[in-house]
Amino acid sequence: MPRPTPFHPRTSELCTSLLYKEWAGCYAVRRYDVYHEREYYALRHQATVMDATPLYKYEVQGPDAAALLSRVMVRGFMKAKPGRVAYVCWCDQHGKVLDDGTVTRLGEEHFRVTSADPALAWLQRNARGLTVQVNDISRTLGALALQGPRSCEILRQIIGPSVADLAFFGAIAVNYQLDGKSVEGVVTRTGYTGDLGYELWIEAEHALFLWDALMEAGRIHGLLPMGLDALDVARVEAGFLLGGVDYTSARTAFIERQKSTPFELGFDWMVKLKRPDFVGKAALCSEKERGPARRFVGLEIHWDDFADIHEAFGLPPHLTPETCREGVPLYAGQRQVGYATSRTFSPLLKKYLALATLQSGHAEPGTELQIEVTCEYERKVARATVRELPFYNPERKKAKPPLAPAREGPV
Amino acid sequence: MARSFDAVIVGGGHNGLACAAYLARAGKKVLALERRHVLGGAAVSEELFPGFTYSVCSYVVSLLRPWIIRDLELSRFGLEMIPLEASFLPLPDGGSLLRGADPDETRLEISRFSRRDAETMPEFGRAMSKMGLFAKPIIDSQAPDPKSFRPGDLMQLLRLGRHFTNAPPDELELRLKLMTMSAVDFLDEWFESDVLKAPMAVSGIIGTFLGVRSPGTAYVLLHHYMGEIDGAFRSWGFARGGTGSVSNAIAASARHFGAEIRTQASVEKILIRGGEARGVVLESGEEIRAKAVVSGCDPRRTFFGFVGRENLPDEFCAGLDSYRFRGSSGKVNLALDRLPSFTCRPGNGTHLRGDIAIAPGIDYLEHAYDQAKYGDYSERPYLNIVIPSVVDPTLAPPGKHVMSCFVQYAPYDIKEGPERWPERREAFGDAVVDTLAEYIPDIREIILHRQVLSPWDIEKEYGLTEGNIFHGELSLEQLAFLRPVAGWSRYKTPVKNLWLASSGAHPGGGIMAAPGALCARAMLGGRRS
Repeated sequence: MPRPTPFHPRTSELCTSLLYKEWAGCYAVRRYDVYHEREYYALRHQATVMDATPLYKYEVQGPDAAALLSRVMVRGFMKAKPGRVAYVCWCDQHGKVLDDGTVTRLGEEHFRVTSADPALAWLQRNARGLTVQVNDISRTLGALALQGPRSCEILRQIIGPSVADLAFFGAIAVNYQLDGKSVEGVVTRTGYTGDLGYELWIEAEHALFLWDALMEAGRIHGLLPMGLDALDVARVEAGFLLGGVDYTSARTAFIERQKSTPFELGFDWMVKLKRPDFVGKAALCSEKERGPARRFVGLEIHWDDFADIHEAFGLPPHLTPETCREGVPLYAGQRQVGYATSRTFSPLLKKYLALATLQSGHAEPGTELQIEVTCEYERKVARATVRELPFYNPERKKAKPPLAPAREGPV
Repeated sequence: MARSFDAVIVGGGHNGLACAAYLARAGKKVLALERRHVLGGAAVSEELFPGFTYSVCSYVVSLLRPWIIRDLELSRFGLEMIPLEASFLPLPDGGSLLRGADPDETRLEISRFSRRDAETMPEFGRAMSKMGLFAKPIIDSQAPDPKSFRPGDLMQLLRLGRHFTNAPPDELELRLKLMTMSAVDFLDEWFESDVLKAPMAVSGIIGTFLGVRSPGTAYVLLHHYMGEIDGAFRSWGFARGGTGSVSNAIAASARHFGAEIRTQASVEKILIRGGEARGVVLESGEEIRAKAVVSGCDPRRTFFGFVGRENLPDEFCAGLDSYRFRGSSGKVNLALDRLPSFTCRPGNGTHLRGDIAIAPGIDYLEHAYDQAKYGDYSERPYLNIVIPSVVDPTLAPPGKHVMSCFVQYAPYDIKEGPERWPERREAFGDAVVDTLAEYIPDIREIILHRQVLSPWDIEKEYGLTEGNIFHGELSLEQLAFLRPVAGWSRYKTPVKNLWLASSGAHPGGGIMAAPGALCARAMLGGRRS
């Protein structure tokens, strides 16, 4: 049976739909209301808060902490600056991706790692001969994702205006002002939505105070709690792939073809090969030489084709409002050249979008392909064009957030 | 030496800009001219009170064609839509009806008035969606021309004819009823509850000088269901930053494709030589030459204002003389110190996140119409209210709000003539606030700023003839191949190289951008790019 997160007493009170998912052994709200639409729009126009506690979280400490992470991850951490977060993936010795997550350097000898799947064993196994401690803090550290254009305004009321100076992928130790007392924690300017946003890390025992303080501070800013359904739409717009959906971890893959290299997933930019040996290096070097056989891309499905297919049956075009995670084949003429793994209608862009894996020869942006569309149990095809990711990339994501001048008293 | 363009566009409203964008996208050298200091025409956002941005005229985005959003990449240029979540009807006796996205909740709401209606509602919705699907291709293409014998036109007519008659008999019957009946008569065949029918029926009269019991008003009900079809897709909504954001996004797209856009460039007349449009003359005396002139203004302003009767065939002038504007509505915009609280449903909630109708019964609406028939504004008008700041924090300071009230009836031709409006304007505004106070008792205390627009103001400031928000009534005899004049529905005009790209052309008014886009398509040779 899934277990509740430290925020559960509050989230369960608000989750009138009673729709939950199991996420890493925890209850996670899919949507608070019958529809997730309001949460999605609040994310893009106001702000939302999501319980991200189920993420696996590890504390890596000791003189060799940076050395361990440099050995495990596809990039090095010896020169990483304290106060910075890196999005990174890690591979097995054959250069096949195991998982992706974030690494935050909190101090000279202090890192935090998040992952989608348990990573303790893998980190410890690779720590042989190093002076480093890896602790699983998954259950003791609460996490909230505060995302959306108003997130900075809201957060400033709890940790002060300095939050506006926090750069994209920056991290700071903070004192949350909660219920009259000061509680230590960490804030990172990270998220999974492709929008301006922060992730708030706090010891589980203080979790509810943080939740209450946020909800109060966010009241006039239209802050809403958000569940996984709205997130799933936002992350496709933002071009973020999801392990277990858009790719299979080398750990769970049953056969070779199910595994992926970082290059195949579009992680080229994070792979640093010109550095001392690390797990999977040799395989990645030859993969880079060869070039990946497949590419992870964005697709835009031609809406007119999609509508025509439905119209032929006398139907209006119909899509579920949730992101569809059922894989469908992609064709170039008669030949299958890939598959789409996540499909969603972007309410903001008014486009039917997909994340897909394609044979390298067909993956150039602008390439036109066909995607299978099933209507009334009949298989049809619609045209789809390869697009660059992300689909949605607002300036505010990376820009310094403009803060309203400080107000006198409450409004 | 006068500068020369492939096309000069008169009027920087959203349709004129859409036409400019499509032409520029096809590689044409385009100049768009706007008389005011801001772009957008009636789709405009203006900060009329410090910190508060009003969607001064049109207040929701209706049926903005999704293919235009994609073609012009409007999201990339700043257009972000937020759907209306619900329709709320407060009642003076403390009751209310809320129709939202959750079908089960809506069923429970309606069943408080009629259990039968609650069960009929989904059936009605399905039937109307089918009708909408039938009408959609009509608004997404040029109007058919029944007098043309060109093969392409015949094919289109044939397709539409087949489209029309291929339906099962019950659907055919429904279509005919929809096109001929009054909104109330049509709804009477489905529903019994006045409280449900009144807010539905009003969509049939918006922007017309007709009552909910006037024949022909049923048709406009369809527009609401067409929005549903556009989809998950929801084309009825707010634009973040107000409706001016639609115009600004289209303008940004047009500029991206190379169009030039000027504000405070008031056109005095369209240059005509030998029956051909050659350019425009500005009030400043500046002359701009172009191979084609496109008007984004309404038909009367275009033809009788910029072209002149002397340059038009008599028959066309006669057709235009009988084209009806008859502005019937006004607008009251309010800046509010806090969120208004309705007696029947205090506090915040879904009911404030959509549109709010003051239309507590069919008779209320007919009484409102009665006064207008004889030249008065309604003492207790129909109001369509939105508070977009509830979902769009860019419009007002945190905790404060903007409220937009669409008000019908406010006849343009008020007793003793439209020029009487300036002296009656504030009394009209008071009538609106008094009406609001019956539902929101403390409304007067929370008003920080008020703007009242009569149809006369709308004509003067925004150039809409007789203050008609749609550039001419959206009644069946003024739609499709009859808009604006029979035989001239396809953006061409009797003046060679002069085109009409405004809401006064097919498929009509509202923030659809279809007339502008379809006009450009016609100019470029009819191809869908």
